Amino acid sequence: MITLVVNGASHRLDIDPATPLLYALRGELGLNGAKFGCGLGQCGACTVIVAGEPVYACLVPVIAVEDRPITTVEGLGTEEQPSPLQQAFIDEQAAQCGYCSAGMLMRAQALLDRNPAPSDGEIRTRMAPNLCRCGSHMRVLRAIRRVSDALRKTPPRRTWESNE
Amino acid sequence: MSAGEPGPKASRRAFLAGGGALVVSFSLSPRRLDAQTTSPGGPALPGSLAKNPMLDSWIRIDGDGAITVFTGKAELGQGLKTALAQLAAEELMVAPEAIRLVAADTARTPDEGYTAGSHSIDNSGTAIRYAAAQARALLIGAAAARLQVPPERLHAEGGRVAVDDGRRVSYGELVGDQLLHVRADPQTNPVDPALHRLVGKPVPRVDIPAKLTGGAAFVQDLRLPKMVHGRVVRPPSYGARLRQIDGAAVERLPGILKILRDGSYLAVIAEREYQAITAMRALAAAAEWDEAPGLPDPGNLFDTLAALPAQTVPVRDGPVEMPPGAQIVEADYRRAYQMHGSIGPSCAVSLFEEGVLTVWTHSQGVYPLRAALAGLTGLAPDKVRCIHLEGAGCYGHNGADDAGADAALLALALPGRPVRVQWMRDDEHAWEPYGSAMLTRVRAALDGGMIVAWDYTVRSNAHSTRPGGGPGGGAGNLLAAWHRARPIAQPAPRPIPLPEGGGHRNAAPLYTIPAARVMYEFVPEMTLRVSALRGLGAYMNIFSIESFIDELAREARADPVDFRLRHLDDPRAREVVGTAATRFGWSTFDRQPAGAQSRGRGFGFARYKNLAAYLAVAVEVTVDRETGRVRLVRAVAAVDSGEAVNPDGIKNQIEGGILQSASWTLYESVVFDRTRVLSRDWGSYPILRFKGVPDSIEIQVIDRPGTPFLGTGEAAQGPTAAAIANAVADATGVRLREVPLTAARVKAAIGV
Repeated sequence: MITLVVNGASHRLDIDPATPLLYALRGELGLNGAKFGCGLGQCGACTVIVAGEPVYACLVPVIAVEDRPITTVEGLGTEEQPSPLQQAFIDEQAAQCGYCSAGMLMRAQALLDRNPAPSDGEIRTRMAPNLCRCGSHMRVLRAIRRVSDALRKTPPRRTWESNE
Repeated sequence: MSAGEPGPKASRRAFLAGGGALVVSFSLSPRRLDAQTTSPGGPALPGSLAKNPMLDSWIRIDGDGAITVFTGKAELGQGLKTALAQLAAEELMVAPEAIRLVAADTARTPDEGYTAGSHSIDNSGTAIRYAAAQARALLIGAAAARLQVPPERLHAEGGRVAVDDGRRVSYGELVGDQLLHVRADPQTNPVDPALHRLVGKPVPRVDIPAKLTGGAAFVQDLRLPKMVHGRVVRPPSYGARLRQIDGAAVERLPGILKILRDGSYLAVIAEREYQAITAMRALAAAAEWDEAPGLPDPGNLFDTLAALPAQTVPVRDGPVEMPPGAQIVEADYRRAYQMHGSIGPSCAVSLFEEGVLTVWTHSQGVYPLRAALAGLTGLAPDKVRCIHLEGAGCYGHNGADDAGADAALLALALPGRPVRVQWMRDDEHAWEPYGSAMLTRVRAALDGGMIVAWDYTVRSNAHSTRPGGGPGGGAGNLLAAWHRARPIAQPAPRPIPLPEGGGHRNAAPLYTIPAARVMYEFVPEMTLRVSALRGLGAYMNIFSIESFIDELAREARADPVDFRLRHLDDPRAREVVGTAATRFGWSTFDRQPAGAQSRGRGFGFARYKNLAAYLAVAVEVTVDRETGRVRLVRAVAAVDSGEAVNPDGIKNQIEGGILQSASWTLYESVVFDRTRVLSRDWGSYPILRFKGVPDSIEIQVIDRPGTPFLGTGEAAQGPTAAAIANAVADATGVRLREVPLTAARVKAAIGV
């Protein structure tokens, strides 16, 4: 049995410990966000955040992330209550087919969590692992910049209430 | 995600039993087939109404007022659903959210062929606009009869018909049994463009929020009860044959339900997805194949292409004399095989139950796929239902149909269990049908700064080998058909006729030239698997023509934009050229080098297919003289799509087209040796990444309300390619005539 902590909830799964995280998220937990793109860590469609770091879910085996906090795009917000970054993607209409979008969001979120005010060059460098074939790049960059600018104007406020 | 509505019969039953629905159910009845000809001598019906003239095949209004719009076109990430909802909502006087759209389902929607060729708004959008306008008129007529008031005192708003005295009656109350079961009327008047509330406005895409929040948005996300997972072990090369396989050890792996071997077609079904992948890999390791070199020498691909037998198709016929005394200029251009490269490998889910095969697919054509699957499986077409669900962007004929065939064959092998098949990355890279390698040759005469004669030839493989047409439903164009014990040969490809054209799409320049000959040399023999890639031959023809126009302008010592305008009469063409040049700052461009980087500007223009959207683009590039690396710095485009339904949707398509074309043009060619395709992942087939993305892209949309829709989705591919090559020539003084303009080629050409 493997214990995965996904979007704050703990799950005990009876799967082969060598199974890549992507198949546990999609197959066992029924989460749609992380996508299979290449299985090789070349395209970023499967990107999730593990303990603050962007990770290729198609490569990392579940045993390697046991008990560590995993965030998928479902953990950012919902259609009814999108997160600031999801809202910025909506505001910029930063998608065409949208297959790469969840991976884009997670890599961008990991960047903003670490550095709320990245330079344009840093955004491009940090986003480089993620591919988009439709050409929504300009809009994705604008969406990330939009959130970063908002964060700069409104310094993060620590709240002590639990989210639960 | 739901699995869609039940099958045709059940759907009709459920619908009729539903009580509230008053409109007769949509059906594919013989009556509708009878109705497929327009009345003799009558005006033609607009858009896809011509082939599907019954209103209720497009629009259904239920007793509770719910509005459903049916389209045979598919959402491919191009924003189709949003644009169609805008058009329907505009005419029905409701909010776009009030429209429920059902797209591309052989049991429920009209047959509109493929979602391809930038035709969707023109075909389906036009049909829906007129059908919805007529529905509004019928509702007003029904209200007039019921309320005993003349129709002039009535208007529709918010899902109701209102009388000028304040009385209102809802659409749901008005729809009678047969109200919308009528033929389309060509005399219908859509809303005056001056009064549009929705059309022409940047309405946000209806599908984007779910895609950003983990909603079930794609066929890849479809989860059916008792669903299992299949994988196919593809041969190592096109012609490889499976000599032997010992699958015994694989059968004992956990979760394995079935190993299927049919000739060289080898597949596995397992309970869980990763079990299927593990088994697929084990089978691949155990399989022994016979393979032989069957591909051309990549070192002289273009000589091979030039030597293959060809059928000559005239585009503009007639002898062209190069006038004596004129300056003769000639050049030839090359384009490598290039791939669609969907980010999400192709996927399908299929269920065979009670003699009916259902396939959920991201195919661009559910009806053609149904015909091909019937041919492949021997089932009658009415026992096959294909339902479109979105996949990753396809940009043409990728592995979608083939994955549908894989899922269908595995579902037939395991009746009663839905089987999901998703291709692996190397399946998609190595087996998708590529955009053909192409050669063009052009010779022109210049006199007094004008082009006086033009002789152009394009040579290429086929640009469509889609399943769906011809005997057996074109099943031989499905990959699985090649490898089974009783293979179905691939049908002989045929050139796509003009005016659209395949390899000769956009082969004729839009410029005014007194004597012009344009020929297409169609090469039926395929060295690599090829089919429709966004723009088809237009990408290469526009690259060639627009590169050559710059070469001619240089010979004529003319500014490239002025030189184009000298030869353009069409005012709409002139307007996009002028707008792009002005917004770019063409006349004041500063070519100042930045350190080791040369800087240049380039221009490209075309009207897609010479009958769809007009697009002009100006770009700035830098060329690193040490490495030869080209960077697109900025692009400014102007596009005239006729009436713009969703200007932001157009911008998104053009922005994306510019970036995709930049990627094709700077980086992309399929690598192969004499036996195998070697481009099997993103390392061996690199594409644009964020580091190569320009600083800015600006799109000017020229909206022309009240004029016909002009297809836009592929308009940027060719002009962008030429603009980049022209900018590289401007920056370095060296002309590159082969796509892609890789850093190595540029470096070699500038000789540093």
